[in-house]
Amino acid sequence: MRKILSIIAIILFGVFLSLLAIDLTFGVPENTRMDDYFIKNGQEQIATNNIVTTIVFDYRGFDTLGESTVLFAAVIGVALIYRKLSKGDADENE
Amino acid sequence: MRMSKIVRFSADMLFAAILIFGFYVIMHGHLTPGGGFQGGAVVATGAALVIVAYSYEEVLGMITKAGLMLQESIGLVMFAGVALIALGLGTTFFFNYLANSGSLFGMSVPYGPNPGELNTGGVLPLMNIAVGIEVWGGLAIVILYMLSGIVKAEEA
Amino acid sequence: MFWNLPYIAVVLLAMIGIATILLKRNLIKIFFGVSILTSAVNLFIIALGYREGGIAPIFTTAPSEYMVLPTPQALTLTSIVIGVATSALMLSFAVMIYKAYGTVNVDEIRELKE
Repeated sequence: MRKILSIIAIILFGVFLSLLAIDLTFGVPENTRMDDYFIKNGQEQIATNNIVTTIVFDYRGFDTLGESTVLFAAVIGVALIYRKLSKGDADENE
Repeated sequence: MRMSKIVRFSADMLFAAILIFGFYVIMHGHLTPGGGFQGGAVVATGAALVIVAYSYEEVLGMITKAGLMLQESIGLVMFAGVALIALGLGTTFFFNYLANSGSLFGMSVPYGPNPGELNTGGVLPLMNIAVGIEVWGGLAIVILYMLSGIVKAEEA
Repeated sequence: MFWNLPYIAVVLLAMIGIATILLKRNLIKIFFGVSILTSAVNLFIIALGYREGGIAPIFTTAPSEYMVLPTPQALTLTSIVIGVATSALMLSFAVMIYKAYGTVNVDEIRELKE
């Protein structure tokens, strides 16, 4: 029962994604006003040769701040899981 | 889980080369593709090589878990602190107060294709160093905790 | 139909990822499926920002006439780091489940009630 439902869902996903992939054109993006502004003015306002780094750290710095926080929270989560594992072993042996 | 002498010797030799290459990728983040996250992942790979080559008790003698947690916290605080100093100087949050100014990292760049100089960039190299330190500490401590979980399962 | 090749690759990768999540019984293989789906979405974001005949958006000594859009590349950097965080937490959960139940088969974990 579960296998038949899974195969029906996979076929539906496949048809939907294929209709999307055939319809798109590759190599002609439509709205490029923001990126044209970044390429034209990024070198003069921030004095850097690398446009991608100016976007990551200066024009969109809030996203990088959120990403650093997510990485920090993931490391804290891993440390909490393994502390519970070792303390569980210590309680079993006593 | 202690490897043979050839593996330990070559891990020591390779760790120096990987460390230098990782610092190069972090420092030149504003001239070539790379930056904080990619360079931090490269240096964490070097630390993982040393952790795998030696046994668990010897690794605990070299680096401690509290030291790596402190390094990761210093990285995140430095990143937020560099952004908050701009708030204290009178402009908005995350403003680039060192670009085109003539002090630490402020040299102007002419428009168009040119070979890059290291002295440019403003606040960006400081942020790259902060993120590199944070990613190095974070990935190394994840590998150390997973190794400790395997060791406990073997003894139990 | 070769003018659309990156999008066809995205569709194939996404289908493999979804099929692995729905049809497999081992927990580690389900986590591999999630990782493949993350890679498919990253490839889709980068393939959206390509301009015909463009070079990389970095000013070097090469003459620069047409540059590729730089914003999708910045978004993909963030997405890759979030994928790393997800993988680390999922594998830690797998170790803890094996420690508590003794097996990584999804059907047996659902039946044992302790």
